[in-house]
Amino acid sequence: MADTGVVEALLLGLEKAEDGVDSLELSSSLGVEHQVVVGAVKSLQSVGEVISAEQRSSKHWQLTEEGVEISELGSHEARVFECIPVEGLLQSELMKLPFGKIGFTKAMSNKWIRVDKTSEGGPLIFRSVQTIVDQVREKLLNVLNGKDAELEEKEKSELKKRRLLSEVTVKSYWITKGSSFSTTITKQETELTPEMIVSGNWKDNKFKPYNFEAMGVPLDCGHLHPLMKVRTQFRQIFLEMGFTEMPTNNFIESSFWNFDSLFQPQQHPARDQHDTFFLSDPALTLDFPQDYLQRVKKVHTEGGFGSQGYKYEWKVEEAQKNILRTHTTAVSARMLYKLAQQKFTPVKYFSIDRVFRNETLDATHLAEFHQIEGVVADYDLTLGDLMGVLHQFFTKLGITKLRFKPAYNPYTEPSMEVFSYHEGLEKWVEVGNSGVFRPEMLLPMGLPEDVSVIAWGLSLERPTMIKYGINNIRELVGHKVNLQMVYDGPISSDGRGLPLFTA
Amino acid sequence: YVWILFERDLYLINSKYYKIMSDEEFDELCFQFGLELDEITSEKELISKEQNDSKAAGASDVILYKIDVPANRYDLLCLEGLVRGLQVFKNKLEAPRYVRVSPVSGQPQKLIITKETAAVRPYAVAAVLRDITFTQERYDSFIELQEKLHQNICRKRSIVAIGTHDLDTTSGPFTYTAKPPSEICFQPLNQTKEFTATELMSLYRTDSHLKHYLHIIEDKPVYPVIYDSNGIVLSMPPIINGDHTKISLKTKNVFIECTATDLTKAKVVLDTLVTMFSQYCSQPFTVEEAEVVYPDGKTCLYPELPYRKEKLSGEFVNRKIGINESTETVAQLLTRMCLLSKLTGVGDQIEVEIPPTRSDIIHACDIVEDAAIAYGFNNITRTTPRSYTVATQFPLNKLTELLRQDVAAAGFTEVLTFALCSKEDVGDKLGKKISETGAAHISNPKTAEFQVARTTLLPGLLKTIAANKKMPLPLKLFEISDVVLKDKSKDVGARNSRRFCAVYYNKSPGFEVIHGLMDRTMQLLGVKPLRGEGYHIQAAEDSIFFPGRCAEIFVDGKSVGRLGVLHPNVVTRFELTMPCSALEMDIEPFL
Repeated sequence: MADTGVVEALLLGLEKAEDGVDSLELSSSLGVEHQVVVGAVKSLQSVGEVISAEQRSSKHWQLTEEGVEISELGSHEARVFECIPVEGLLQSELMKLPFGKIGFTKAMSNKWIRVDKTSEGGPLIFRSVQTIVDQVREKLLNVLNGKDAELEEKEKSELKKRRLLSEVTVKSYWITKGSSFSTTITKQETELTPEMIVSGNWKDNKFKPYNFEAMGVPLDCGHLHPLMKVRTQFRQIFLEMGFTEMPTNNFIESSFWNFDSLFQPQQHPARDQHDTFFLSDPALTLDFPQDYLQRVKKVHTEGGFGSQGYKYEWKVEEAQKNILRTHTTAVSARMLYKLAQQKFTPVKYFSIDRVFRNETLDATHLAEFHQIEGVVADYDLTLGDLMGVLHQFFTKLGITKLRFKPAYNPYTEPSMEVFSYHEGLEKWVEVGNSGVFRPEMLLPMGLPEDVSVIAWGLSLERPTMIKYGINNIRELVGHKVNLQMVYDGPISSDGRGLPLFTA
Repeated sequence: YVWILFERDLYLINSKYYKIMSDEEFDELCFQFGLELDEITSEKELISKEQNDSKAAGASDVILYKIDVPANRYDLLCLEGLVRGLQVFKNKLEAPRYVRVSPVSGQPQKLIITKETAAVRPYAVAAVLRDITFTQERYDSFIELQEKLHQNICRKRSIVAIGTHDLDTTSGPFTYTAKPPSEICFQPLNQTKEFTATELMSLYRTDSHLKHYLHIIEDKPVYPVIYDSNGIVLSMPPIINGDHTKISLKTKNVFIECTATDLTKAKVVLDTLVTMFSQYCSQPFTVEEAEVVYPDGKTCLYPELPYRKEKLSGEFVNRKIGINESTETVAQLLTRMCLLSKLTGVGDQIEVEIPPTRSDIIHACDIVEDAAIAYGFNNITRTTPRSYTVATQFPLNKLTELLRQDVAAAGFTEVLTFALCSKEDVGDKLGKKISETGAAHISNPKTAEFQVARTTLLPGLLKTIAANKKMPLPLKLFEISDVVLKDKSKDVGARNSRRFCAVYYNKSPGFEVIHGLMDRTMQLLGVKPLRGEGYHIQAAEDSIFFPGRCAEIFVDGKSVGRLGVLHPNVVTRFELTMPCSALEMDIEPFL
C-alpha cells in the first residue's frame, strides 16, 4: 500500500502545478526516497484516470565511492604533493602511503614533483612547483553539486576510466492531471462479491476497470481429432442425402471379395506383394458362396453376361488369399451381393473407413488411410445421374465447380475422375474417382440386368490436409500427431466460410 | 496410370499441324479424351531434377510432353498410336485398317514350340514387319513401346516378353524350346563374347535394368530359348536377346516373337506392336504372318489382328449415358473412337467393329463409355436418381459417434492411431506373448511397423504420448476404434472389435480420473453401478498393469475390459517417464 501522506502530497502538488510534476523533483522536495513516490504513482494509476504518468528516463553522472573520498580529501596526486616537505621525502616512504603509488605516477606526469636518484639514502622526492590546482577534485565537486554539465565529455570519460565517476540511468515519471483528477481518492473494488450483491453495496462502489487487451485463461478441455471431425461432416452429408451406412468393420478381407468379385483380374498390379498386405495368419478364406464363386470364375476366364472375359486361367487359390482390404469397395461388393439375394429395391450406401496399401510411404501417403465411398443401385441409372449425385455431394462440401475426365478403373465402366476448380491454386485439382460398376461385377451376383450401380470414392485425409493446411500426413494421422494442432484446430464445419477445398 | 514422354514438335508434325497448337489447347484435348498432360518439360529439366544442374548441362532443351495414359490403353503407349487416336477423335483421320498378309513369295516364317517349354513359359506368337523404314525417332519409339509394354501388360516381362530381330541376319524355321541353363550358350546383346545361361545370370545380377527379370526363370530347371535354323540364339526370354540378330536403324525386315505364360496377353502385345509400327512398312498397316507350330502339331497364324463385331441399339447407348442422340450420331461418336460403326437398318441397331488395337473393349459398357467420351463427359446433363431412400446409420458407428463427443466433453482429447503395428507393440512391450494375443499376422511387411494388426488400442495411445512429451501435463487422451482379433467363426478367420481406450498421464497415476471416466462412460451408456444387472469392477491381474492396481470391468456379469495403473515396465518400454493410468473396453456389448 502506498504511503497515504505521499499520495496526498503528490495530489496537492499536482493541483498547484501548472503543467505537471517530476517524480524525482517531488522526492527531493518531500525528502523521501524516489521509490516511495513511484509507489504513490502506481497506486494512483490503478484507480482510474486520476493522474496520468509518463515514464521518463534520464542519464546522469554519479561519484563512485573512491570519487566521494577524493571530493572530500583531494586527489591522490594532490595529496602526494601536499605531503612532500621542502627537504624532500624518500620515495620508499611515499610508497607506504595508501594513495602513494597512483598519486606518485599522476603527480609525476603532471610535473608537480621530481625524483633525485643520486641521494644517498635512496631516491628522494621534491616538489617541483610552488602551488597546484587539484582539478580532479574540482571536477568531482562539480558533479556532486549537479553541475556535471560544466564538464566536457572527454573529462567525464577520463574520470570514468579512473573509476571515480559512473553513469546511471534514472527512471522518473512526469505526472500530469488525469481526466478524472481529484485530490480525494475513493478505493476501487476489483470484483463483484456475493456480499455486495446481498448488501447492495455494489451501487456505491467503484470498480477497477478490466484489461480487455489480455487473453482469457486457457481452458482445461477435451478435443476431437480433426480428421474425425471431418469424418463426422462427411457422414452427415451422406445421411442428409439419404445414404445408409455400410458395416465396414472388417479390415481383413479375402482377395475374392476385395478383387475377384470386382472383376479385377488376378494378374492386376494391385494384387502384387508390393502393393497389398497379405496375411500369413489367418492366411486363407475357404468359405465362399460356391455358385457365385463359379460365376465369378467363369466371367474372368471365359466371359459371359455379354463380356469377352479376360481369358486367363483363374485360380481359386489366388481368391482365397487373405489381405488387409485395399478399398472399402470390398464391403460394397458384399453388400451388393447380399442385395442381389433378395427382391431388388433401390439402395444408397456409404462408408468411411480405413483401407490399407503396402506402398512406399512419403509426406502424403501412409500404409493406411480412410476411404470415403458412396454407392447408388437403381434401375437404369445413367452417367448423367452419377454426375448429378456427385454435383449434389460436392456442393454440400462447398465445391460447386466440377468437371469430369474419362478414366480407367478395372471394375467401373464408364469411369470418371472428378476435378474441382481450386480458387486458391487457380487450377483444376482431382478430388475423387467415380464410375458405373461393370456388368461383369454385378450380373454374376444376380442383380437384375436393368439395374445400374454408380459409385464414387475419395480419401478423407486429402481434403482434411488441404483444409487444415497440413503438408505432412504424419502430423495428422498416427501417433506422431502434433497434439497442439489437435488442441488448436477449428471446428470443421463451414463457419467463417471454410468449405473444404477452397483456400 | 502409365505415362509416355515425347517431343511436342513431333506430335505437332505427325498430327499435320501447320499452325501452333498451344499447350492449353493440347491439355484440354487430352482431358476430353481421358488423358492427362502431366508435365511440360525437357530432357535438361528432367536430368537436373533427378540428378543435378551440372549433369544437365548440355542436355536437350527440346520441349517434351509427359502424358498419363489409362492402364488398359496399350494403343496409346507410343506417339504413333497417340497421334492416330487423337486424329481420329478430332475427325481428321479415318482409323486405318490393319491387314495380315502372306509373304509375297514362299512360306511364312515358322516358329516351332517344343514340349519342354511347358515347364517354364509355354506360349509364343510371332509376326514379321516387312520392308519397314526406321528413322532415329521411329526406332527410339519402337524400342520405347516394347519397354512400356514390358512394364505394363507384360507385368515386368513375367507374363509376356518381346524379342525383335533383324530377319535378314537369320533364317527360319525358328525353334522355341527350353534347356538346362548350362546347355544354353550364346553371345547376348551388346556383349563381345559367348556366355552360358548360368554365367549370364550371375553377370546380370548387378545389371541395374536386367536384374529385375532374373527371378522369373532363375529357379526353373530349364530356361526358355529360341534358335534359328543354324542354331544361332535369337533370345533367351524373358532376359535378353542374342547379339547376332539385333535390329538397327538399317533393319528392313523385323521378326517379332513374344513368349508368354498367358496366350491372350501375348496376342495383345504382338497386335499392339505390329499395328503401331506397320505404319512405316512399304505397304502401311500390313503385317506379314508367321506360323506357330505347337508341340501337339497344331498350327496357328499370327498376328491375329481380330476385328470383332458387336451389335447394340442406339437407345441402349442413350439410356446408359443419359443423352438423347440419333442413332446416326451415336454411330459417328463411336467411329471417332476408332470403333467403326454402321447402322444395320434393323430398328436402331448399330454394328460396332472393334479393331485389334482396342483389346480393352470387352463388353457393351466399354462401347457406351467411348460414346460418352466422344459426346464429351462435360456435355452430359446432370440428373438425379429418382428413387426415394431412407438413410440408416450403422448402429456401431452411431454409438461411436455419440460416445466420442461425450468423452471429449469429459475433458479427454481424441487421437487417431494406426491399425497396424509391430509384434513388440502388442506383445513384449505389454508383457504378453504374441501367440496369446490372437493377433493377425501380415506376411509381407516392408518394415516392423506393419507386422500385425493391433489387438489393443493402448500401444497407439502410449506412442502418441511419447511423441508429444513437450506438451503440458496432464495428458488425457482417448480413441474409439477397431482392433482385429483372429476368430474362426468368421469366413476370413478374423473380426474387428470396437474398443474404447483412454489414458491419463501425469506426475501422479490418477487412477481416480480414469475410474471416474469409466463411471461417466457407464452413465452415458445407461448402465447402473450394480453387481449383476449393471456394472462393477473387481481386482484383476494383468501384465499391463501394476500389481494391485488393476481391475476388471464387468457388465451384467460379463467382462468388457480393464482399467488400472500401468506397470512401470510398460511405461518404460514405451519410452515414458511418468505414472500413467489407462482404461480399455469393448463397446460392442452396449449396442
